Amino acid sequence: MKEIQNKLLQKSKATREDHFGKAICYLCIGFIIALVACILYFITSRGIATFTKDHVNLWGFLTGVNWNPGALDANGNPEVGALPMIVTSFSVTILAAIVATPFALGMAIFMSEIAGKKGTKFLQPVIELLVGIPSVVYGFIGLSVIVPLIRKTFGGTGFGILAGTIVLFVMILPTITSLSVDSLKAVPISYRQASLALGANRWQTIYKVILRTAAPGILTAIIFGMARAFGEALAVQMVIGNALLMPKGLVSPASTLTSKLTTDVGNTVMGTLPNNALWSLALILLFMSLFFNLIVRFIGKKGSIKK
Amino acid sequence: MKTYNLEEKSIVTIEDEIEISSDNLQVFYGDSHAIFDATLKFPKNQITSLIGASGSGKSTYLRSLNRMNDKIARVEGKIMYQGTDINSIKVNVYEVRKQIGMVFQMPNPFAKSIRENILFGLKSNGIKDKEVLDERLETSLKEAALWDEVKDELDKSALSLSGGQAQRLCIARSIAMHPNILLLDEPASALDPISTSKIEDTLTELKKKYTIIIVTHNMSQATRISNYTAFFHLGHVVEYDKTSKIFMNPTMPATADYIAGAFG
Amino acid sequence: MNPKRTNNIATGVIYGLVGIVVLILLFLIGYILFNGVPHISWQLLSSPAQAFSAGGGIRDQLFNSLYLLVLTLIISFPIALGSGIYLAEYAADNWFTHLIRTTIEVLSSLPSVVVGLFGYLFLVIQLNLSFSILSGAIALTFFNLPLLTRSIEESLNSVSDLQKQAGMSLGLSDWRTITRIILPVALPGILTGVILSAGRVFGEAAALIYTAGQSAPSVDYGNWNIFDPASFLNPMRPAETLAVHIWKVNTESVTPDAHLISSASSAVLIIVILVFNLGARFIGNWLYKKMTATR
Repeated sequence: MKEIQNKLLQKSKATREDHFGKAICYLCIGFIIALVACILYFITSRGIATFTKDHVNLWGFLTGVNWNPGALDANGNPEVGALPMIVTSFSVTILAAIVATPFALGMAIFMSEIAGKKGTKFLQPVIELLVGIPSVVYGFIGLSVIVPLIRKTFGGTGFGILAGTIVLFVMILPTITSLSVDSLKAVPISYRQASLALGANRWQTIYKVILRTAAPGILTAIIFGMARAFGEALAVQMVIGNALLMPKGLVSPASTLTSKLTTDVGNTVMGTLPNNALWSLALILLFMSLFFNLIVRFIGKKGSIKK
Repeated sequence: MKTYNLEEKSIVTIEDEIEISSDNLQVFYGDSHAIFDATLKFPKNQITSLIGASGSGKSTYLRSLNRMNDKIARVEGKIMYQGTDINSIKVNVYEVRKQIGMVFQMPNPFAKSIRENILFGLKSNGIKDKEVLDERLETSLKEAALWDEVKDELDKSALSLSGGQAQRLCIARSIAMHPNILLLDEPASALDPISTSKIEDTLTELKKKYTIIIVTHNMSQATRISNYTAFFHLGHVVEYDKTSKIFMNPTMPATADYIAGAFG
Repeated sequence: MNPKRTNNIATGVIYGLVGIVVLILLFLIGYILFNGVPHISWQLLSSPAQAFSAGGGIRDQLFNSLYLLVLTLIISFPIALGSGIYLAEYAADNWFTHLIRTTIEVLSSLPSVVVGLFGYLFLVIQLNLSFSILSGAIALTFFNLPLLTRSIEESLNSVSDLQKQAGMSLGLSDWRTITRIILPVALPGILTGVILSAGRVFGEAAALIYTAGQSAPSVDYGNWNIFDPASFLNPMRPAETLAVHIWKVNTESVTPDAHLISSASSAVLIIVILVFNLGARFIGNWLYKKMTATR
């Protein structure tokens, strides 16, 4: 009995194993948390230097239309107006989402309501392939097919918001589709049966019951798509034209936040105003990414209360 | 269902040697109180059945005895085993579970060979001697009445066994660790009648070496195999006595009604 | 309009939309393969790139992509595995777990260009790793971690809880139960996740432009000393990958046969990723069958 008692009260190999395992896991998790904290800190501290160190007016930065950080404007302030890039980024994002949503919803409804298992089996690889194509390949096809096509149709260079929209629409299509499918599939089967039992036909059931129940989920899907479009860099950079001008139309060359960053970070010197101003653009990207995240959370909470 | 006065209970005094006992055991899931003041003593080398309707707390109680509820629920009170309160945080929970084995409702063999299923736990505890391992493999499978059926295919995947065989493998896996107590949570409820009777025969044999506590919703099973029976109702132990007494002449009205099939 | 007619029109529209998407995909894949595959030759795969004249190859870029992929997986897999195990097995439902999940979500939603810029700031400049394979691999790890962690967590969660209880009831430590019982069962799913993430890493460029760099200095494929700057294994040398190369020749270079090079490179990229995707499915199924097989 004494021996068993001792065994019960002593630490064993299993206790040590568990301490070891837990320590490893905490280390890994700690790494990820530290990493995200680092990213937020570094980008933020660089990004606000434009305003704290170089004393650029925040409002002027967000609303100015001229970007020429090397020069001073009439009032002796550096010319760092990010508005053209902000406008272009939002334009391509919103337009791409508007174009992609009907296609994504059509795909999602087809997969979850119309075609059954077979259709899903056929379309799932389609979505996976669209996700799998790297963004530089999208950019390359945009550059060699879409841009010349626009040039032929509308004249001009062919570069611009329209080309960016077309490329981004295909890129965010799989994101919106697969998340929409998830939210449509989450609608309980009893809703469908109830609606059909009341004499509603398939489309009435889809439109009046299923889409409405799944609306928060679909909205989340669209926002995830927009987040992807807003942050996409290379594919857009290859077709947008990279002109630092306020976009005059859909087919005039423009510049997004991401395209400006990819082309210029390597050409400026660390710590100078032109460089700091670029980090401020990166900070806007970071903010928007967090903002999209926040909206998704907000919708998630609201959507779940309703149920 | 009628309402019974749950403060009244009838608990027999056990004269035999006691292997494990619980003293005012309380279990809470978050804010909900699942087990109230369970005080029970389990005699050594006997089979005790825990019966009651679903949701009566019998499984929760059983799982508390070898600390399987540690991360799921809050368990208060004492569980005395070998002169030690094994519900204390100071106790080595792995050692507790080694000495108090458990078999679950659904057979859950590891996705390994039959041999590895039995030997994995032993090897994990540092037993490397091949002779010892082979001996344990054979005796535990024999004790669980599975040896004759699998002795020629020990390296086959355990997932290929039938439900009844898999459950006996799980019993063999538990007893290979040489526990003192075996807890079984409705071990036969997912099995056909033939497999069930094989398991029951096995348990009757096993009680010569182990103290067995079994949760069952099958009252005839309780009468067939167990020496003592405890009746649980809404988290309370209502009656605990010799199995024959409980089923022939229950003291408490709730027990009588349950056995007569008034609820459950 | 009567309901029946609306129903038919709606169904028709949906079929139309689906058809268009399928056509877009077929066009994309077809365009790349038809334009690219005829230009894929041993000559292309085995010779170095040319900046100003035609006839350059993609040997170094292809190797860099593969080397970077291997390094990235070596760094990111253990961290993702540890984090995935934590989330699937240890995490209690409390504020800390909530914080971790939010953190991982934030990381996964960061644009890859932001991750790349952070890598530039932190690795290339702060830690003085310069434009190098190592910088690139660490940046890609940042980019790869959230998805890999989540797929490992899902694979672990899909293993029945009964297996964990079986391990616990034998007095095994949680760690041993997880690593020796649950992990092997989850392996097919984990492997599928790893291969799929490899495809993403292979095609990523935005995170690499300012970390692994945009130049591919010629290296000696016979030199196995990883500390020698001329060795192909040296992780401290800058390394333009295939994906970065496609971007570069299309935007900044004056190579006369840029279109040919990018078509062929895109085709190689797509083919490798297709192989990864199919391989993930195949290996996952095969392993699963093998493990649950009744011999």
